[in-house]
Amino acid sequence: MATQEKTYLQAISDGLRQEMRRDQRVFCLGEDVGVYGGAFKVTQGFQEEFGASRVLDMPLSETAIVAGATGAALMGMRPVAEMQFADFVSCAWDHLVTVAAKQRYRAGTPVPIVLRLPSGGGFSGGPFHSQNPESSFAHIPGLKVVCPATPEDAKGLLATSIEDPNPVLYFEHKHLYRRIKGPVPEERYATPFGKARVHREGDDLTVITWGAMVYTADEAAAKLADEGVEVEVLDLRTLIPWDREAVLESVARCSKALVLHEDTKTGGFGAEIAATIAEEAFEQLDAPVRRIAAPDSPVPFAPSLEKAFIPQVDDVAAALRELAAY
Amino acid sequence: MAVREAEPVETLQEVKEAGLDREDLLSMYRNMLTTRAIEERGHILYKQGKIPGSFYTGRGNEGSAVGVGTAMGPNDVGTPLQRDMGVHVTRGIEPWRVFAQYMGRVDGPTKGRDGNVHMGDARMGLHTMVSHLPAMLPVAVGMALAFRIRDEKRVAVAWCGEGAAARGDAHEGMNLAGVRRLPVVFVIDNNQWAYSTPAHLEYAVDHLADRAAAYGFEGVVVDGTDVLAVYREAKRAIEKAREGGGPTLIESVTLRMEGHAVHDDAFYVPKELFEEWARRDPIERFRGWLRDNASMSDEEEDEITSGVKRLLSAAIQRAEESPVPDPATLLDGVFATPEELETPHHK
Repeated sequence: MATQEKTYLQAISDGLRQEMRRDQRVFCLGEDVGVYGGAFKVTQGFQEEFGASRVLDMPLSETAIVAGATGAALMGMRPVAEMQFADFVSCAWDHLVTVAAKQRYRAGTPVPIVLRLPSGGGFSGGPFHSQNPESSFAHIPGLKVVCPATPEDAKGLLATSIEDPNPVLYFEHKHLYRRIKGPVPEERYATPFGKARVHREGDDLTVITWGAMVYTADEAAAKLADEGVEVEVLDLRTLIPWDREAVLESVARCSKALVLHEDTKTGGFGAEIAATIAEEAFEQLDAPVRRIAAPDSPVPFAPSLEKAFIPQVDDVAAALRELAAY
Repeated sequence: MAVREAEPVETLQEVKEAGLDREDLLSMYRNMLTTRAIEERGHILYKQGKIPGSFYTGRGNEGSAVGVGTAMGPNDVGTPLQRDMGVHVTRGIEPWRVFAQYMGRVDGPTKGRDGNVHMGDARMGLHTMVSHLPAMLPVAVGMALAFRIRDEKRVAVAWCGEGAAARGDAHEGMNLAGVRRLPVVFVIDNNQWAYSTPAHLEYAVDHLADRAAAYGFEGVVVDGTDVLAVYREAKRAIEKAREGGGPTLIESVTLRMEGHAVHDDAFYVPKELFEEWARRDPIERFRGWLRDNASMSDEEEDEITSGVKRLLSAAIQRAEESPVPDPATLLDGVFATPEELETPHHK
């Protein structure tokens, strides 16, 4: 496959454009996605190419955006709705959790919607433009949760999200948008859900993570490599479904595990992973499972506070050293 | 701004102009009787312990529900609520499936996954309600959005109670529909009580239909006990939406003749109010109209009444024969499979 070097943002944009070209049922809706091309420019140029009826600028109405997507999906469309920031999905909670998530189970009618959620911190976005609410939705039966880390996955997982007959929450990490570049195949491909990716190979310790923390883990692992400890970095790619087999296999091989996420710690998805390791791989462990996550507070604004909030490379490296020495 | 108040339908000639023939009228009457009988028989089954959970009825709203249901076209869709059994009946649900739904059996539209009036058969264009009223209102707006994108001449009907009209979902849905002039008709079943809370504690305008002006479309108030007036207004609104004329908000005024659910004796509703509205019972009213204006004979009436009785007795028996869901199927359908999207409504 011919590939091209692209940013994570370009990969999302190109992937979405490719889906809209191949399937007339796919359309975009959200705040400022049309004329303005989206707050982060993911849909830039879309209205020119696909017309205003497939790239819909919506009122400030997250409820109506998600509910509207649900209604259109029930009528056979494949809506891709954008929350301007993942944080704003709180205004549409009811429609994801009460209507879309339960519709197939109750009524037998699938709801194939994709909700794009620009998430994550790192730029003083403050309490309302920085959150990572993936675990809230991973807890809701009927919703799928996708968190790509690389440009290649961003495109391939978006295609799978649009193809999937269920409501899919597609978390795109804002701190990866323009910072991360990588090879992206030109032609269409769909990256399967529930298949983790080994971002870095190692046999001494494993770090299980997703989204922007993949890179934090990788930098920490590089430091440990200098010290003679080989750390595996496992990128889950999707939380619902999540790749239990890959996690358990990696844990069995490395015997020591660290679960890392940018979301806050209590009730974060890392707790589910740690509990599963404890239930199913206890005898393979040579150390207690370690969790590194943001502390249980709102995301602060001041750079000094935000840095203390988001797990940093040094925090992860220190925890890995402790695990290695255990 | 005052909204229009709908006129009653006086003569058979007016009915014909509104698109109904005599057969249609008798069929509407049959649907209203069937609706009430389903809920009366359901209530008995509930007391017998054959229906788990709670039990809701729409007594007093049969005319409104059947009126709107009759006005919908074959390819139109809607999201009726807990007082709108008449819509399901009009769109053709077989009563035995309603009883199977009440009893949590596998032949109910939700196969025991949800209960009571939380049902809808997508093949009839009806999509099931949720308890978080009026969450399905903006969903119906989304259905209309799909029709607009695909340039289809179909209309979505979104129901809402006067109580739920206070929620943001109603505002966001109506605002979006107004902005895009979508082919959707909003029906507010105003039965004057949201559980125990009276209308004057729910909204401050004279009529909820007044709000339509704020969204840039027409509002109309109709007497919900007059099935023909409801039909005529719904028909006008639906055809207007179909032809690109945008949404309409119809406020259909009735009284909820029973409690919120059967556990509630509605002690908080003044007796005189019940007495007053009992004299305006939609079924009695339509029956009188049919006898006066459409020369419904004793024989015809008996035939309809006994037909409904037979239908429901057989329906209950058939529903009781429907299997209870197998616990082994508990997790089936939490997620849809790709094959499921190859259904007609997804083409």
